[in-house]
Amino acid sequence: MFHLDWLNDRFLIAMIAILHVIINHGLAVGFIPFVTWLEQKGVRNSSPNEITNPEWDKMAYKLMWTAFIITTTIGAMTGVGIWFSASLVSPASIGSLIRVFYWAWFTEWIVFVTEVVLILIYFLTWKNSNKSLDAKLRHIKFGWFLAIFSWITMALIVAILGFMMDPGNWKTDHSLLTGVFNPIYLPQLLFRTPTAMVVGGTYGLLMIFLFTKKDTEIRTKAVKLAGKWILAWTPLALIAAIIYYNVMPNAMKANLSTAVGTMDFAQYYDLLKYIIIGAISIVFIVASIAVFKPKLLKTYMVITSVVAIMSFLAIFERVREFIRKPYVIGNYMYSNLLREEDYPLYKKDGILKHATYASVTEITNENKIQAGKDVFMYTCSRCHTTNGVNAITYVFERMYGFGKPLNEDDMASYIPNMHEGRTYMPPFAGNKKELKALVAYIKHLQQTGETLEGAQTEGIVVNQKNNSDAVSKMVERLKEEQNKKLVTK
Amino acid sequence: MLLQINTPIPKDIPLELPLPEWLLVTLLVVSFLLHIIFINLMLGGSIITLWAQIKGLKNKEYDIFAHEISKTITVNKSMAVVLGVAPLLSINTLYTIYFYSANALTGFAWIMIIPLVTIAFLLTYLHKYTWEKLEQSKKVHIAIMGLAVVIFLFIPLIFLTNVNLMMFPEKWGTIKGFMSALVLPNVFPRYFEFLGACLAVTGIFIVWYNNRKNYPFEETYKTFTRYDVKKIGYSIAIIGLGLQILFGIIVLFTLPAKGIGYDVIAVMTAAGSLLVIVLWWAYKAITNEQQHIDQHFKKIVFTMLAFMVLYGGSRQMYRHNALHKHQDLVAANTAEFQRLSKEARENPVEVKEELELDASLGELATGGAIFKQKCGACHKKDEKLVGPPMLEMVSIYKGKVDDLKNWIKAPGKKRPDFPQMPGFKDQLSDEELSELTKYILSIK
Ligand code: HEC
Ligand code: HEC
Repeated sequence: MFHLDWLNDRFLIAMIAILHVIINHGLAVGFIPFVTWLEQKGVRNSSPNEITNPEWDKMAYKLMWTAFIITTTIGAMTGVGIWFSASLVSPASIGSLIRVFYWAWFTEWIVFVTEVVLILIYFLTWKNSNKSLDAKLRHIKFGWFLAIFSWITMALIVAILGFMMDPGNWKTDHSLLTGVFNPIYLPQLLFRTPTAMVVGGTYGLLMIFLFTKKDTEIRTKAVKLAGKWILAWTPLALIAAIIYYNVMPNAMKANLSTAVGTMDFAQYYDLLKYIIIGAISIVFIVASIAVFKPKLLKTYMVITSVVAIMSFLAIFERVREFIRKPYVIGNYMYSNLLREEDYPLYKKDGILKHATYASVTEITNENKIQAGKDVFMYTCSRCHTTNGVNAITYVFERMYGFGKPLNEDDMASYIPNMHEGRTYMPPFAGNKKELKALVAYIKHLQQTGETLEGAQTEGIVVNQKNNSDAVSKMVERLKEEQNKKLVTK
Repeated sequence: MLLQINTPIPKDIPLELPLPEWLLVTLLVVSFLLHIIFINLMLGGSIITLWAQIKGLKNKEYDIFAHEISKTITVNKSMAVVLGVAPLLSINTLYTIYFYSANALTGFAWIMIIPLVTIAFLLTYLHKYTWEKLEQSKKVHIAIMGLAVVIFLFIPLIFLTNVNLMMFPEKWGTIKGFMSALVLPNVFPRYFEFLGACLAVTGIFIVWYNNRKNYPFEETYKTFTRYDVKKIGYSIAIIGLGLQILFGIIVLFTLPAKGIGYDVIAVMTAAGSLLVIVLWWAYKAITNEQQHIDQHFKKIVFTMLAFMVLYGGSRQMYRHNALHKHQDLVAANTAEFQRLSKEARENPVEVKEELELDASLGELATGGAIFKQKCGACHKKDEKLVGPPMLEMVSIYKGKVDDLKNWIKAPGKKRPDFPQMPGFKDQLSDEELSELTKYILSIK
């Protein structure tokens, strides 16, 4: 298994995903319509003998230029990056999702290709289109097209994400449509659309500040327009946020098994409330200044507004991620990538016996630490490191006292119950012996400060029970048994 | 010998493929073809831009040529990225465990693709938009492109290493990081074959690009004629094709035996012969009289496409041959695991373990055992552990059993320097709760 022992595996995905959302919501979904709108205003406000107001058009072009460069580099690559990191950190879950959602993703891909082609055309033909009014109007139409496609891309992605939060009936009938039309889909989409518009407008405001000179007429005008754009969308975003906020817990309660889960969740949830209110008010105030007193607006205000909206997006994604625990795919697969339905088997046989890669299958006193390491890798390493972020020794010491030696028995009685108290963690998979090995390993970690390297540096050790030899023998054995049955019949 | 035996047999994801295998394979091969053409153009374009710009230091016309080619890179690279998603999706579905295993084994290099490609893309934009600004410091400008090319050259190596490693589960146990996977036979020959393809495809692309009627060639160049530039295109293609044929042969001979069959050899040879024919036409184009330079163009394009389909097909055949035995074992192992899992699900081992009753506690024994099992990890008799000591509980709840029960079911947050206590609403029956509280309140 791939494992980043310092940074924490989840953190890797989260970082890339949040960066992607900040860029994509802001610079594609919400920004393209804004720029197109600006471009249109340029044509409308130009003097009768010119196609568009050149200075204004140049400003709009610069905005688009910035968005183009960022979305086609960092934006596109973080999108791919989510895949790459997920395939490293959580292969079983992304693999399952792809099998179920192949067509959704395939459609998404086609829309996405169209979007890229449109953005290339829109951006690259901008200057040429300024030669005639017809071309310019066509160009603007293209902009609106592009905006629609960006939105469809998001709508599809939200469907897929929504599914992961709430599997609806998927678990029983495994079909695509039931996955797509899950109960929080529409509220989420409703929320993301105006939010993206607000974010886009806010980024736009910042760029207008960067690309125009102080106290010029063009800045005042553009700032006013951006302010109007933001003000128009903010109430919608707020209403949608309230709706979403109200349906979220109902949907999540199904996933959270105990009261504490809801309490932990409530803490985050409260935080979310304040951040939403805080961020939206900042954005609102800045936008109002932009509309009514554009001259008073200062760069630092605009930057505050951008930071507020960015952190809002980041926290929002974080909460969405958090309430998904302990499952990666609700009620089907836990975040440690073990399927819920296989738990009884793991409880009976232990997890190591069925693991493809494990150095130990029969635990003895001598190989206990080694076995514990494998158990840790399979059951805890997706969320805990040995020494870095959310280190296993740190979380235990925080419970039992820093600097004190950890007690194996205490830990052993805590771990089988941990999912009940801390619902963000999946239950421990594995049998008694493995539990003993795990706590011995954790104790060993505390004593030695050892680190755990993932397969990307250490390589793998193949489980002797799961190599080609063993499996071939098993196949032969099964065949023989079947033959015997046939003979006795 | 030991290594031979130690081939891992992972278990597959127990979900059906979303569409028939042949269709997935077709989608994989076709979408990959589209993707790779743009990759070829992106990489080939960057290399040629760099080369032309350096040549342009002496001959200004080459500088213009470089500028023209560089404008196409950023477009082709955007297409290359989006078009890459579909084959990625298909290979994920079709070869799930193989692909992921290879990814994990070369993890750092694999994830480095993201920042590296991002940087390279930003560099190409920087290069494109500073062409006029850096007119005076050409060397710096060329260095930007140089850096981008170096990164671009490295990325395919990571991909090739992965798709190569994926085909050899028997090697997985011996791999320690990217470097050891890189040196598996066949990675480098395929890499150079690929570079040849980049030059060949881009060469032909240059011919097409400069042949377009609406391309304002005459306004762009001063002394170069369309013929000159097309000739450069063909010459580049010839070099590329030569590399491709040479390394193609090496690939064929270094291919590990396990996936080779007469079918693979036949298809690869057929594909190779097509390349030889293309090479001949390209050679004709530059040696013929000027007006005949376009004579074979269409044939060249179609034959190259045919080559790509055949070559992609042969790679897929090889992959199939190399893996199908292993895939059968994986399927068997997965089925057996599912059977065992089902069996275990239907006959669960008693999860509620026997409480360890302590006879000396008499009628409090049940409560004592529950406490030990559920609460002991956090509470001790007279010492603070995670939560407050039991004696403290007793002092708070003496005579208030119901309050105690409520707390246990849904604890509040009281002590600011303590963590949150978990609730036990769903895990304790009323009866157990009574036994438990009876025990707690008996502590002195
Ligand atoms: C789904 C991810 C996930 C998995 C898998 C997981 N944990 Fe955790 N664990 C967490 C999170 C999140 C926290 C909270 C960290 C914090 O509060 O800073 C946590 C906290 C803890 C704590 C401290 C609890 C407390 O009350 O402060 C312990 C102990 C712990 N984990 C042990 C384990 C062990 C042992 C395993 C493996 C058997 C494991 N965890 C698997 C996510 C996980
Ligand atoms: C994960 C550790 C943990 C487990 C397991 C646990 N507790 Fe607690 N308990 C705590 C903590 C922490 C506090 C202090 C909470 C506070 O003051 O906010 C606490 C406080 C208490 C209190 C004091 C309440 C008060 O009013 O001050 C009682 C009583 C109690 N626990 C009973 C139990 C019982 C009974 C169990 C078993 C069913 C149990 N606890 C299991 C951590 C735990």
